Amino acid sequence: MAQLTLKNIKKSFGDTPVLHDISLDVNDGEFVSLVGQSGCGKSTLLRIIAGLEQPDSGDVLIDGQSMLNAAPKDRNIAMVFQDYALYPHMSVGENMAMPLVMASLPLYARLPMMRSITPAGRKAQPHIREGVEKVSKQLHIDHLLDRKPAQLSGGQRQRVALGRALVRDPQVFLMDEPLSNLDAKLRVQVRSEITELHASSGLTFVYVTHDQVEAMTMSRRVALLQTGHLLQVGTPNDLFSDPANLDVAQFIGSPEINITAGESRAGQITIGEAQLPIDLGATGPVQIGIRPETISVPNAKGLVAAHAPKQGHMVTFTKRLIEDLGPEVLIHGAFAHAPDGIIRIRAQKSDAYSNAGMLAQSEALEVMLNPNQLLFFGADGQRLRPVVGAATRAEMA
Amino acid sequence: MADISQTPTALWFDRFKPKSLGRVITSVLLFLGAWVMVFPFIWMISSSMKPTDEVYDADFSIIPKTFKGFENYYGVIFEQPYLVFLMNSMIVCIGILIIQLLTAIPAAYALAKLKFRGSTILFGTVIAAITIPINVTSIPLYIGLVRVGLLDTYFAMMFPFIVSVFAIFLFRQFFRGFPDSIIQAARVDGFSEIEIILRLILPSAVPAIAAFSVFSFVAHWNDLYWPLIVVQSQDKMTATLSMMQYQSAFDTDYGRTYASATVVTAPMVIAFLFARRLFIRGITMTGVKG
Repeated sequence: MAQLTLKNIKKSFGDTPVLHDISLDVNDGEFVSLVGQSGCGKSTLLRIIAGLEQPDSGDVLIDGQSMLNAAPKDRNIAMVFQDYALYPHMSVGENMAMPLVMASLPLYARLPMMRSITPAGRKAQPHIREGVEKVSKQLHIDHLLDRKPAQLSGGQRQRVALGRALVRDPQVFLMDEPLSNLDAKLRVQVRSEITELHASSGLTFVYVTHDQVEAMTMSRRVALLQTGHLLQVGTPNDLFSDPANLDVAQFIGSPEINITAGESRAGQITIGEAQLPIDLGATGPVQIGIRPETISVPNAKGLVAAHAPKQGHMVTFTKRLIEDLGPEVLIHGAFAHAPDGIIRIRAQKSDAYSNAGMLAQSEALEVMLNPNQLLFFGADGQRLRPVVGAATRAEMA
Repeated sequence: MADISQTPTALWFDRFKPKSLGRVITSVLLFLGAWVMVFPFIWMISSSMKPTDEVYDADFSIIPKTFKGFENYYGVIFEQPYLVFLMNSMIVCIGILIIQLLTAIPAAYALAKLKFRGSTILFGTVIAAITIPINVTSIPLYIGLVRVGLLDTYFAMMFPFIVSVFAIFLFRQFFRGFPDSIIQAARVDGFSEIEIILRLILPSAVPAIAAFSVFSFVAHWNDLYWPLIVVQSQDKMTATLSMMQYQSAFDTDYGRTYASATVVTAPMVIAFLFARRLFIRGITMTGVKG
C-alpha cells in the first residue's frame, strides 16, 4: 500500500544523458506501465525506484518519504527481473524464503546452518515456512519447492520469481520485462495472471515493458518514454485515441498509425482530392495520422464497411499487397496523391469475402476517411487540435 | 543377424600396424617429445638408487651398477624428520592458499561487479603487478623480516604470497560472467555484499577456486627460492627445501639428493594421479604451467 512519486529525476551515464527530468505519480494500488523502445531509459528508471541506481538529481518518494538514502532492502519494494534472477544454487523454497530470512534474522543467524541452531533462527523458522507455503500455493508452485531453478521450465521460473517478490509483502511491486523470455502462448497466460495478482493483492505495480500490447492490456495508466523523455502519461485509451504528439501516436497501435501529408488553410484541410471542413486555427502543411482501422473501403466486395460516417471523405488508394490475418485483412498500398507513402488499411472480412474476389478488384480503390478519427500534427510533431467552436459550427451548418 | 564367424580373425598386433608414413613420423616425433619430458624423471629415480660417485660417472647406465637404493631412501625417510618437512610444506601451502582466497575473492568481486571511482586504474595496477617477479621484492622483504625478527617462522614463509595478484585477475574474469540481475535481486532481498559473495558468487565459482587452488598449491609446494632465503632451522624446512641438506660446498651426496627429490615429488605425482581431471582443468583454466 503505497503512493510512489518521482520528482524531476535526472540521470546520465558518463556524458550520455539517459533520463531528462522525469516526474511521475503512481497512486496507491495503481498499475502503471513504463513503456518505450529499448534504450529509452525505462529500466534505469525502474532501477532508480528500486534503489539499485542513484539519480543525479531529483527524488524518489514512497508515501511522501524520500527514499534516496534508503538501501533497496529498506524501501520495502519487490522486483521481478527479465531473466528471473533466481539464485541458481538454492532450491525453489530457499529462493522464496530468502527475502524473509534476510528481513527477519540478524546476520549471524542467516548462515545456512545457523538458522536451525540459533534461537532467533528457530523462532523465525515457522513464520518463514508459512510465508513460503502460502505464496507457493497461491502461485501453484508448492510441488516444486525442492527443485533447483535449472530444473524448471521458463513459466515455472517466472512464477518462482513472482513468488520470491510476493513473499515479503512489499509496498511496491516492480517488474522489469518479466514476460519477454516466455514464448508467445505462455506470455498471454502469465499476463492475465499478473493482472489478477494485481487485482487480488491491491499492491502498487510499476511494470516496465517494450511491448505496447502488454502495457495497454495490463495497466491502468501507461507512461511512454522515449530517449529519456516522458512523452505522455495516461490511460491506455488516452494514449491510443488522444496522443500528445506524433511519437506517441506512432508507438501505440499495431499496425502502426498511417502518416500522410496534408494542408491546412482557412478552416479546411486538404488530403489529396478530399477537402475536410476542419479548422486547426493554423495555416500550412500538417501531418495527418490515420489509424489503419479507421479507413473503410465501402465499395470493396467481401469487406465490412466498419463505419459509414455521414461525413466520410473519399480518397483514391492504390493497392499493392493484401495480408490475410484471419478475421480481417491488412491492405498495403498508398494514396494516389502521395504514391511514396505507405498506407495500411485494416478491414474486417464479411461473409462474402473471398481471396480471389478481393484480389480481382482493380488496383485503385476508393477509401473513406472519417474526419472525427483523424489526428493532426504540426511540423514539429506536436498535436494540433481542431478549434472546437469551428467544428461544431460546421456540423450545424 | 550378421554372421560374426565370417569376419576374418584379426591378428592381435594388427592394430599396431602403421596406416601411413605420415603416422609413423608423427608417432616417432611424439615418442621423442615424450622421452624428453620423461627422461629427467627416469634419471632422477635411477640416480636415487646409485652411490654418489656413480651418479656423474661418464659410463652412464640407467640400471645402477652398485645398488644403493635402500640406503639412500632409508636415509631420506628415517634419518631426517621427513614427516616434519611434509607437514611444514602442507602448513605453508594450505596457509598461503587460504589467505590468498580470503584476500583475492573480495577484491575480485569489487573489481568485477562494484562501480566505484578509480576501479579501472586499480585494476590496471593489479595487472601491472603481475609482471613483478618475486626476486625483485625479496631483498626488501628479507630485510623487513629481519628487522621485525620474524625470520624462520611460518609467517615469513607465507608473507610474500598472501596476496595473489594472479588470483585476483583470474577470479575477476570469472566473476564478471555472473549475472548482474541476480546480484541486484539479492540487494533488493536484503543480502549484504559479503553475503552476496558467500552465498551466491562462491557456489558458482567452485571450478575457478578449485583450479586456482591446484595451481597455488603446486606452485608453493615446489617453491625452493623463498624457503631457502627465510628458513634457517631444520624444523621449519619444507619438503622441497630439505633436498638441499645433502649439498655442501665440499661434499654433496648426490644419491641421497636424488632420493630426496623423488620422495618430495611423489606426493604431487600421486595427487595428480588421483585428481588428474582437476589438475588439468586447473592448468588449462589458469593458463600457466604448474
